[in-house]
Amino acid sequence: MVAAAKRLRIGSRLPAQIALAPALLIALVLYCGTTSWTVWISLTSSRMLPNSVFVGLRQYDVLANNDRWLASIANIATFGALFMTAALTIGFLLAAMIDQKVRAESLLRSVFLYPFSMSFIVTGLAWRWMLDPTLGFEKLLHDIGFADAHFDWIVRPDRVIYTLVIASVWHAAGLVMAIMLAGLRGVDREIWNAARVDGLPTWRIFVFIIIPMMRGSFATACVLLATSVVKLYDLSVAMTNGGPGIASEVPAKFVMDYLFERGNLALATAAATTMLITVVVVVAPWYHWQGRKARMAGIA
Amino acid sequence: MNQAPNRSSVSLRGVEIAYGPVRVLDRLDLEVAQSEFLVLLGPSGCGKSTLLNAIAGLTEVDSGEIWIGGRNVTWEEPKDRGIAMVFQSYALYPRMSVRKNMSFGLEVSGMKRPDVQRRVTEAAAILQITELLDRKPSELSGGQRQRVAIGRALVRDAGVFLFDEPLSNLDAQLRAELRTEIKRLHARLGATMIFVTHDQIEALTLADRIAVMRDRRIQQLGTPHDVYMRPANKFVATFVGSPAMSFLSGHITEGRVFETSTLRLDLSGYAFTAPPSVGMPVDLGIRPEHVVLAPGEAAAIPARVELVEPMGSDLLAWTRIGEAALTVRLSAETPVAPGDILPLMFSTRRLNLFDAQGERL
Repeated sequence: MVAAAKRLRIGSRLPAQIALAPALLIALVLYCGTTSWTVWISLTSSRMLPNSVFVGLRQYDVLANNDRWLASIANIATFGALFMTAALTIGFLLAAMIDQKVRAESLLRSVFLYPFSMSFIVTGLAWRWMLDPTLGFEKLLHDIGFADAHFDWIVRPDRVIYTLVIASVWHAAGLVMAIMLAGLRGVDREIWNAARVDGLPTWRIFVFIIIPMMRGSFATACVLLATSVVKLYDLSVAMTNGGPGIASEVPAKFVMDYLFERGNLALATAAATTMLITVVVVVAPWYHWQGRKARMAGIA
Repeated sequence: MNQAPNRSSVSLRGVEIAYGPVRVLDRLDLEVAQSEFLVLLGPSGCGKSTLLNAIAGLTEVDSGEIWIGGRNVTWEEPKDRGIAMVFQSYALYPRMSVRKNMSFGLEVSGMKRPDVQRRVTEAAAILQITELLDRKPSELSGGQRQRVAIGRALVRDAGVFLFDEPLSNLDAQLRAELRTEIKRLHARLGATMIFVTHDQIEALTLADRIAVMRDRRIQQLGTPHDVYMRPANKFVATFVGSPAMSFLSGHITEGRVFETSTLRLDLSGYAFTAPPSVGMPVDLGIRPEHVVLAPGEAAAIPARVELVEPMGSDLLAWTRIGEAALTVRLSAETPVAPGDILPLMFSTRRLNLFDAQGERL
């Protein structure tokens, strides 16, 4: 009886294991395999083609003294901080606004979410034109009579990174709104009523009661936004191509340029490896903390 | 608490509410006296919660006026109405400690810290939640959460307490326990309380007066005894009381006699509200405990037992007189089994007669 049951269990698991095998294989070979290969190449003297001449951490030394890399790091830090703050704030405000039982709710939802359906290339091009002083907003302002109007950030090295922020916030705010709206709808109506009976002003209800209840929504939005920060590449290419000069270079673009245009595989992979390590350092503690919380919830 | 008791009357004058084309309350008048415990009882969708929200100021009225403590508050914010409210889902602020849950509203209103602390401490002592003050709501059981929610209402020192089905989410034992506690609280504070429920036991045990609601209207407003013993219509008669009242359909014949195909009953002891006409169809309502066994009595009505349910303290016999079903409550020791024929008699004074429209006769 027992043996039969055991055979049955294995028998019922086997198809599932077979079905999962390709996915497991892909994960191992593609993710782990290519990642380790990348790390290995970053420790060699590869140029156009990969070679196996081990040079230790020399490429990382070069990288640390590369102005373009340093500019990319500074840019992504500025971009990431501004973009995440702005996208979360605007997304949340849009959601809070739509949650007030407005009339054309589904229309507004679609309108706000629409930019997210466009690729970064299209977004980048559209904003490139709109921000171009000779074509877009500045010219519009001049044409309607504001001759002194200035909005030339896209061609100013000290401001161009903000234009990337504007375009990507426009792109992502709708998604954040959708996530936040789901979170807001999950808040019990009676909590609002209790707060109104308590005489709390609306902003206090949001800040002290509702937002703390929406940790999950904020975490989800943060993870999605953070990945798009790390991956930022096509927007920079389409909008400014890293310029003027190297003023809007970003790490992913640095990697791509050194891989394919400049033929410096080792330096590019060193940059990629640095990005990976940074992400791991940021994510690992959070992951650990989540896991601990889940275990504690399991005990309780 | 310490200061002079704060008690307000509540008065609704011609209150009407509609959500778009859907009417939720028809012109409703209701007077709740100072220190009264009023229960709004009715099935879901009858408008009782809407009515409570209207008193709280959480739902706007379309017409009519709401007066609390002699003041017209129809257009005032909830916080200015001198009310406190307890909700079905407890509605505690999940990320705040119990203490903060109770004190937050007072702090925001600008009350001084020591005063806030004193009120929280007193309310916690009354509700025996002092040792829970530093916990988070997620660490509390349902009963404890509802105590905290009552505590949050208590610190507001309001003249009127509104309860929106506060016991519905609790299990049976806790429900009974907290019910007693609320009644004790009412006796202690003397505050006016308005309590919404769909549970007739809660209504009967707690209320000074019950307002039974259905279809946007109050069907009957009276003491628990009135509502139970003299229901104004067939709906109230069925909704209040468990097991429900049994009905026999028949008509009135010459000399105030109730007659069906199987029985005749002299109604001379019944207090008619209006003289009945001969031949009019009526329903006779009988509560299970108003039936007595009358062995050897010539006038006794024979009823065939179909099912026996022992209830511990007593037993219920589900019987039939002809085709009509009749539930009978008997003492637990009565020897009775399915198939038996019981000789039954009714006390005429305790019967309920309803006309064809379901109104009490």
